[in-house]
Amino acid sequence: MIQQILFVIIAAVAFGYAGKQFMKIRRNILLGKDVDYELDRGQSIKNTLLIAFGQKKMFKRWIPAIFHLFIYVAFLFTQIELIEILVDGIFGTHRFFADFLGGLYTLIINSIEILSLLAFVATLVFLARRNLLKVPRFHKDEMTGWPKLDGNLILYLELLLLVGICCMNGADAVLQNRGLSHDIGTMAVSDTLGPALFGGMSEGSLHLVERFGWWLHILVVFGFLNYLPKSKHLHIMLAFPNTYFAPQNSRGEMENMPAIMNEVKGMMGLIEGAEEMPMEEELPEFGTKDVMGLTWKNILDAYTCTECGRCTSVCPANLTGKKLSPRKILMDIRDRATEIGDKLDSGDLQYVKEELKAEAKTLTKDNFDDGKSLFDYISREELHACTTCNACVEACPVMINPLEPILKMRRYEILTESAGPSEWVPMFTSIENTGAVWQIPDEREQWAKDAMAENSGE
Amino acid sequence: MAQYSAEGKEPEILFWVGCAGSFDSRAQKVTVAFCKIMNEVGIDFAILGNEETCTGDPARRAGNEFVFQMSALQNIETLKMYNVKKIVTACPHCFNTLKNDYPALGGNYDVIHHTQLLQQLINDGRIKMKEGGAFKGKKITYHDSCYIGRVNGVYEAPRAVLEALDGDLVEMKRCKTTGLCCGAGGAQMWKEDEPGDKRINIERTEEALETGAEIIAANCPFCITMMSDGVKAAEKQDSVMVYDLAELIVNNNGL
Repeated sequence: MIQQILFVIIAAVAFGYAGKQFMKIRRNILLGKDVDYELDRGQSIKNTLLIAFGQKKMFKRWIPAIFHLFIYVAFLFTQIELIEILVDGIFGTHRFFADFLGGLYTLIINSIEILSLLAFVATLVFLARRNLLKVPRFHKDEMTGWPKLDGNLILYLELLLLVGICCMNGADAVLQNRGLSHDIGTMAVSDTLGPALFGGMSEGSLHLVERFGWWLHILVVFGFLNYLPKSKHLHIMLAFPNTYFAPQNSRGEMENMPAIMNEVKGMMGLIEGAEEMPMEEELPEFGTKDVMGLTWKNILDAYTCTECGRCTSVCPANLTGKKLSPRKILMDIRDRATEIGDKLDSGDLQYVKEELKAEAKTLTKDNFDDGKSLFDYISREELHACTTCNACVEACPVMINPLEPILKMRRYEILTESAGPSEWVPMFTSIENTGAVWQIPDEREQWAKDAMAENSGE
Repeated sequence: MAQYSAEGKEPEILFWVGCAGSFDSRAQKVTVAFCKIMNEVGIDFAILGNEETCTGDPARRAGNEFVFQMSALQNIETLKMYNVKKIVTACPHCFNTLKNDYPALGGNYDVIHHTQLLQQLINDGRIKMKEGGAFKGKKITYHDSCYIGRVNGVYEAPRAVLEALDGDLVEMKRCKTTGLCCGAGGAQMWKEDEPGDKRINIERTEEALETGAEIIAANCPFCITMMSDGVKAAEKQDSVMVYDLAELIVNNNGL
């Protein structure tokens, strides 16, 4: 009974606190602009099934894909056991589903056992890849400090989870053999591993080990749940909505800017009555300076990123030693969104825009200004290095688009700040004045005249 | 195009030459080669000549939406005036912008890249490759341009053209969806590289040279510039040539 009360309290605190943190992330994502991507639901479902559930894009690199698959499928299956643990914990039952499901239960438990063993191996392989094999994409500049620790911590936690299951099932297997626990049939791994590890123990010790494993497993799960919102590991949840909501228009299309289009149409006399359109007093802000200028999907992308670095490992700029790393762009957006969220939570009126300070009573995302922006996280050098080749977009296994925010920030730099690489200015002026990207005195059709002169016989 | 219009006729297709195809001396050769092929098979095509302006791609991708809109809206007006429905271009950047960026501005056209047209012509038997041509058995590697390949998903048409040449196509390790950029896109063509260890075109050309190919085939005027510079930097310009697919057909058939 004490165990049950304790369990309910811990579970309530764990779920309560995690829920609060997840709501904050939701709020941070909604800092972005509300855009309707006009998705075809059938296509969205297909993408989610194939790319998120089916891991389709992971299999472009099959070695990590297979090990990742072990952990992923083990994770999916273990959810069933987790529900049972919650039921058992609340009602003080033991293997609640066993009597209900009968043979199916044996099948599920055996699947979990085998998958857990595979996941254990996979976790060790991943630790080795990160720390011994030094796979380059895990050792870029942005992967030091917390991101590096984060990557390893998750793997250690996974090992702990599996140790929990091993103790629980292993001790239970020995108890079942001795007829001291209710028999659920064979257990693929624990029938061997249990006796080998715990065979010599007394009944009392075995019950203790079984309880230890049970509590260890569920406590790590609760810990994990609360760790997720602060970790790159959030992808285990967000990969699914992120794939579902991925835009379906052509990659080659850049988001149109109707405000500018209409102004240019007005200038060219393409809109009737354009001259009477009132000029806005204040110059509007074009492009993206901060996360509020991104869309909610751009920020969802950032929280979905698990820092695997497939984007960075194929980025031509990064491969040739430039500062740009698509992964870092996503990490910066997430960090900045989190920073703004935390400051909004503080409610501190010092973060209200200077001109609104006098009348502001509460701090909101609309009157927020802490004097910082995404440009404090992402340098211009990074933005200027992008070739828009879309390799990062193609590489991401969970449909993140690192290119879009880069181009939006370029727009801010050029349109709002009138800054950007000075070498581009002649190109812009040339297009504007002569209609060609180069300032060339020749006529545009000179090549045709030359060719015809050369082949005048034809 | 103005001539056609004056005669009250409409050509089968508009050939969008692009800035590189019009002004860059290397790309002009591709333009002429492609025209020769179209003339040879009797395609009724026109060009806009001096009425064509930059599609605005480099301005848009650099972030200058104003310049893009000015260029694009002007082109859309011109295309509307001549009632253009079908466009072919030898430049992947013009192709992408006309196909994917213009619709939101009110310009809807059936746009194809010249490699797609070339493949069609070969499939329809309108281009007949000379047997035992200049490229028979020669090692050719193909460099996917980002905006034809990864962005618009055209991987097979250019390869089909190369197969028809009877050459020995050797792929680079990074090809098709994982093809490495030549380094010119996103308006990089008009600026120096940001600080780094290496230029992107050098990295890509080294990969192409590793295949042992004598010919690097491409489908984009900017890729051709970048890869040619890379070949020169490796001092291989006497043994390795960079060609557009249209030029390969012209050379093979002695047009």
